[in-house]
Amino acid sequence: MNDSRKNFHLEINELENEMLKMGSIVGESIRNSIKALVDKDIALANQVIADDDIIDDYELSLEEKCTKLIALQQPVAIDLRKIIVISKLATDLERIGDNASNIAYKVKKIDQEKLIKEMNSLPKMTDLVVNRLRESLEAFVDMDLKKAKKVAKSDEDVDVFDEQIVAELLTIMKTDCDKIEQGVSLMFISRFLERIADHSTNICERTIYMKTGKMKY
Amino acid sequence: MSDNKMEVKNLDFYYDDFQALNKINIPLKSNKVTALIGPSGCGKSTFLRTLNRMNDLIEGTRVEGEILFDEKNIYDPDVDVVALRKRVGMVFQQPNPFPKSIFDNVAYGPRIHGLKDKGKLAEIVEKSLQGAALFSEVKDRLDDSALGLSGGQQQRLCIARALAVRPEVLLMDEPASALDPVATAKIEDLIAELKKDYTIVIVTHSMQQAARVSDNTGFFLMGDLVEFDKTDKIFENPTDQRTEDYITGRFG
Repeated sequence: MNDSRKNFHLEINELENEMLKMGSIVGESIRNSIKALVDKDIALANQVIADDDIIDDYELSLEEKCTKLIALQQPVAIDLRKIIVISKLATDLERIGDNASNIAYKVKKIDQEKLIKEMNSLPKMTDLVVNRLRESLEAFVDMDLKKAKKVAKSDEDVDVFDEQIVAELLTIMKTDCDKIEQGVSLMFISRFLERIADHSTNICERTIYMKTGKMKY
Repeated sequence: MSDNKMEVKNLDFYYDDFQALNKINIPLKSNKVTALIGPSGCGKSTFLRTLNRMNDLIEGTRVEGEILFDEKNIYDPDVDVVALRKRVGMVFQQPNPFPKSIFDNVAYGPRIHGLKDKGKLAEIVEKSLQGAALFSEVKDRLDDSALGLSGGQQQRLCIARALAVRPEVLLMDEPASALDPVATAKIEDLIAELKKDYTIVIVTHSMQQAARVSDNTGFFLMGDLVEFDKTDKIFENPTDQRTEDYITGRFG
C-alpha cells in the first residue's frame, strides 16, 4: 500500500508502543502490590508507590502527544479513533496505577501483622485481573473485536472473587473485633483489584469503538 | 414531495470512448451542502459539470441516465439549457470577474436576462453582494474595477454574480483553493449562510474543508461513487475500505 502519510502513521505506531510500555509497568505494579502483601515486603510496596509517578508521567506524555497529533495532523476515521482511544486508555492505565499504589499503602498499613486469614484467593484474583489487563491490551493492539468482547464480558469472574473475599472477611470480623482494622484494609485491597478489572473492561469497550466506530456494542 | 432538490440516477458520462462516470446515484438534498472528494481524475469535477450541463460545451461528450431537478430530467430534449444554468449557478476555482466595475459584474446576469430597470438592478446588486458577504467592503466603490479587489473579494464577487440571477442550486468547483486561510474561512462561513437559501454542491481537494462545510459527502474513485453518506459518518467511520484508505492517506 502506498502510504502518503507515512511519518504520521509511524508517529501513531510510536504512540501505541509507548502506551503498551505503560501497560506493562502498570501490570507489574499490580503484581508487585499483592506480592508485597503476601511476602510482607514493605520495600516492594514503596517501589509500587514510587512507580506510580512514572505511570503518571506516561499518561501526561501520551496525552500531550495525542493532542499534538490531533492539532497538527487533523486525523480522521481509524486514525482519529485510534488517537482518541490511546488518550482514553492512558487515563484508564493511570487509574489502574493509582489502584495498585492504593493497595501498596494498605500493605504498608498492615505492615508485619499476621494476616487474619490465609490470603490464597487474593493472588488468584490478581492473576485473573492482570491477565484481563494483558488480554484487553492485546485486543487493542490486534484490533481483535472478538477478544475485546470476550474480555469485556468476563468481568463477572472478578466480581465473584471480590464478593467471596468480602463475605469471608465479614465473617471473621463479626467474631473478632480486633480483626476489623486489618479486615477493612483487606476488603479495600479486594475492591481495588475489582476496580482495576473495571478499567480493563473500559479498555475493551474503547477497543470495540476504535474498531467499529460505535460507542455501544 | 421529496426533499431532494436534484436526484442523479444511474448517470454514465463519456468523453468519446472513455467512460468518466459509472452509474452514479446521488440525492442532492434541498438546503444542504454536498461535498465531493476524491483524487485527481476521479470524475468529481466532471460530475459537478453534469449538474448544469456545462459538459455539453465539450465536443464528443455523452450522458446516459438522468438527473432529476425538481423531478424533471435536465437532459430531456425540451430543456432550455440557458434557463437551466440560471437555476443552477456555478463558481469556479480561479476567481474570474469580468474586466468591468463591481456593479456591472453583478448586474451582468440580470441584464442579459432582460432586466433594464436601474432601480431593480441596484436592488439586486446590493442584495447579491450582501448575500455574498461582500457589500460592506465594497459599497463605497461599486463603480471601481472588479480587478482591483483581492482574490478573496473577487471570489465572493463571483458568488454574488452567481446569486444575482437567483439560482436554486450553487455548484462550487474548489472555490477556495486559490485563497489564503482568512479568505478561505470567509468563503466557508458564507457557504454555511448560503445553504439557508440554496442547495450547494462543492468539489474540494481539502478534506478538512469538506468536513467543515458539508452535510453530506461523496467519495469518487476512477469514475465510481464509492461511498455517499453524512459527512460526519464519512470522516469518523466510513463504510468502504477505499474511502478510509483515501481519507487517512493510505492510498497513493
